[in-house]
Amino acid sequence: MNRLNTAMAALCLSFCTAATAAFSDTALEARFKTLTSELRCLVCQNQTIADSNAALAIDLRNEVERMLQAGATDSAIVDYMVARYGDFVLYRPPVKSTTLLLWAAPALFLGVGLGGWLWLVRASRRTVTQELTAEEQTRAQSLLRERAQLHTEGHRA
Amino acid sequence: MNRFMIPLFGFVALVVLLAVGLRLNPHEVPSPLIDKQAPAFSVPQLRDPQVQLSDRSLLGKVTLLNVWASWCGGCRHEHPLLVELAARHKLPIYGLDYKDESTNALAWLTQNGDPYTAIGFDALGKVGLDYGVYGVPETYLLDRHGVIRYKHTGPLSRDVLEDTLLPLIERLEHEPA
Repeated sequence: MNRLNTAMAALCLSFCTAATAAFSDTALEARFKTLTSELRCLVCQNQTIADSNAALAIDLRNEVERMLQAGATDSAIVDYMVARYGDFVLYRPPVKSTTLLLWAAPALFLGVGLGGWLWLVRASRRTVTQELTAEEQTRAQSLLRERAQLHTEGHRA
Repeated sequence: MNRFMIPLFGFVALVVLLAVGLRLNPHEVPSPLIDKQAPAFSVPQLRDPQVQLSDRSLLGKVTLLNVWASWCGGCRHEHPLLVELAARHKLPIYGLDYKDESTNALAWLTQNGDPYTAIGFDALGKVGLDYGVYGVPETYLLDRHGVIRYKHTGPLSRDVLEDTLLPLIERLEHEPA
């Protein structure tokens, strides 16, 4: 299986390159370009069917072209692909229960990061502003005095 | 809780997440056809082009639909398992010869064995497109109502056959009609 994946990847590297289709109508051609650059090739998974020259991408491009020529709407073509290959063919997956985490993740990570940062800031501020009790105050002063004395004695010696 | 434990927990969580991610197979794309009626088709049979094979031929019993081609290396790899399964008379196995030359396909079957009850010849890959085929071999398990209940993409392995496919076939065969 692993060897197969490597072979597939190697195939992709050698064959997945750009290709175009012939249209007489420029509006149709523009729609063809947008549609094919929004659909994923399932063989060369990080390429659109516009970029890929895998046999499947060519088939899917031809299908998009055929449907466009036959007067299909963009959403009809996208639905046709999703019905066969699932949401995975879409580079922009729809928001639904299975993709909610995918869409929410950036906001979620930002929230967690911000929350953590705020928590750290607050925690550090708390230790700085902590006031000493009267007892601690006198003890600190005596310690400082002792230290100053040692310092001057050191200089004398 | 020690505040130094928090980064440690974060790190462990990240390692677990990445370890799971590395084990996933990105080429296994869930099929939207699972639990849906198998798409309709009608194509000439490979062995006898005068006769059509259609989705209706698959009704009435639990069946396997195996998409293969003589040019496909993975098909050669899984083929002995299909031949073995056919010999066990578990269920009818239908083939769909995907974007192939019929002479090559027939020669391939003579050489490697023919486990198929009947084979549809999908010369242009039109049926394959309707079934969302993106990497032959692919194997679909249909219940007796012609509903796709399971799909395996890539060559079948002994593990998939014994641990997933056969128990599922058993279960589907005992489902009330």
